[in-house]
Amino acid sequence: MSADLQALSDHIASSLGEAVEDRAIAFDELTIVVRREDIVRAATFLRDDPLCRFVCFIDICGADYPAREKRFDVVYHLLAPHHNQRIRVKVETDEVTPVPSLIGLWPAANWFEREAYDLYGILFSGHPDLRRMLTDYGFEGHPLRKDFPLTGYVEVRYDDGQGRVVYEPVKLNQEFRNFDFLSPWEGTDYVLPGDEKAKT
Amino acid sequence: MGEHNIRNFTINFGPQHPAAHGVLRLVLELDGEVVERVDPHIGLLHRGTEKLIEYKTYVQANPYFDRLDYVAPMNQEHAFCMAVEKLLGIEVPRRAELIRVLYSEIGRLLSHLLNVTTQAMDVGALTPPLWGFEEREKLMIFYERASGARMHANYIRPGGVSMDLPPDLIDDIEAFCDPFMQVLDDLDTLVIGNRIFKQRNVDIGVLTLDDCWKWGFSGAIVRSCGVAWDLRKSQPYSLYEEMDFDIPVGLNGDNYDRQVIRMEEMRQSVRIMRQCLDKLRAPDGQGPVSTLDGKVAPPSRKDMKRSMEALIHHFKLYTEGFHVPAGEVYVPVEAPKGEFGVYLVSDGTNKPYRCKIRAPGFAHLQGMDFMCRGHMLADVAGILGSIDIVFGEVDR
Repeated sequence: MSADLQALSDHIASSLGEAVEDRAIAFDELTIVVRREDIVRAATFLRDDPLCRFVCFIDICGADYPAREKRFDVVYHLLAPHHNQRIRVKVETDEVTPVPSLIGLWPAANWFEREAYDLYGILFSGHPDLRRMLTDYGFEGHPLRKDFPLTGYVEVRYDDGQGRVVYEPVKLNQEFRNFDFLSPWEGTDYVLPGDEKAKT
Repeated sequence: MGEHNIRNFTINFGPQHPAAHGVLRLVLELDGEVVERVDPHIGLLHRGTEKLIEYKTYVQANPYFDRLDYVAPMNQEHAFCMAVEKLLGIEVPRRAELIRVLYSEIGRLLSHLLNVTTQAMDVGALTPPLWGFEEREKLMIFYERASGARMHANYIRPGGVSMDLPPDLIDDIEAFCDPFMQVLDDLDTLVIGNRIFKQRNVDIGVLTLDDCWKWGFSGAIVRSCGVAWDLRKSQPYSLYEEMDFDIPVGLNGDNYDRQVIRMEEMRQSVRIMRQCLDKLRAPDGQGPVSTLDGKVAPPSRKDMKRSMEALIHHFKLYTEGFHVPAGEVYVPVEAPKGEFGVYLVSDGTNKPYRCKIRAPGFAHLQGMDFMCRGHMLADVAGILGSIDIVFGEVDR
């Protein structure tokens, strides 16, 4: 299986040239990182090349890494039913640079790109209808970003006096508690005072 | 007399409509009675599952998966647990795998029973859902006896399952199988053979295989187009490789084929369940139902009271939880509705960094627009029923 994946990975890298920025095989899954402006070309190749044939569209999703300069990953999952292979394609972007849309290749990309826009604020160029997907009509913000609070900003209730649903700022009777369970003995990279003496 | 001023008619279907299978709002543009455009508005049941999971430990995140496709809860848990196990690199004991397969198939029965019979209701028959719900009730009792909950089981856990089956449950599931096959035959004559059911479903919502791949469809919809694509066979996970079962395929890709396939899949599920029960009774089917790695699975209650080590493990697992090595995986399972996938990114801490849930219903609902175009208004409910939508997983 992994020999097949390695061969596939080499084939894609040699055919797409410098469009492939990085590739890796981990957990028996092939991941390639593609330059943002080349994503349509790369996806067309993956779909049409006889050795790839990733004709089945699976998923598009965003992921947020605020520490990076280009904070978002757009992650595409594709499936080749004829070769029984899967691939993950990643593109990096930030809040303002749009990613070319893949609707022309797979119409299914429509809703998935709308969802990524809704939840992360990732822009897609060439998308005919980049509306919000899952959140409320008139919602502000992009809830899956790491800097969006879990509780959100507004809450709704039905107001009897006005006879309609009203939006109000969130009021918590108890502060949201996010415990830091990470033990100081593992998972940290700082040196506790005095520890440096143990090594000498 | 001049030309009539003809204009399209726009109607709202839902959000509260008995044939909408939940809270779906469809904005339909009609030309007379012919559908010109369908614009589904979803998200009315959006609960921010993916965001919540990022703030929970891996074990705490598990119950959210019951609440996605709440018609077949354990199939989703299975996907999440396999993703965690893949990252952790742990082996699941054989007995746990058997129980997982058994309950995944029970989940498939639960889902298909609901779908086939409510499809009959969508096209005008009221009796089949009652027959289906009677069987579903029995199956949910099997859920309850294994996990303590009828629906939101939280039974499959990273490393295995939460507890062993009670001994007489295996016999009772066995006793359920034979009468259930009879019920399926009865349903077959009541629903599948029914003239009105055929009139309303044959040649409605026809798809080609090419469309299916392009639109990201999976499950019974792909199989109705004549290809035997089933992840249980093509990319076997758990113990499906050992199981002997067939994949029914359709020829026409229409609503009717999809329901016939679902009926046959239920028979195959019972076949798998029987094999699981036999294997659970066999000597190599005995043993632990959860990994013995104390860093992942909690100790038994008995050990906890007697062993200091077990007590520490218990405390650590239920406060901090276990740490999952950094990495990313995508794990799909063949859920009753199609390919249900979990894309899990871990950063090495005790909480998932990102957990994307790839729900089959989301892709299927998107296809409503092109499947309904040119059909009559009355067929919208039929097509919606045949693609098997549950809003828990579409809206997440």
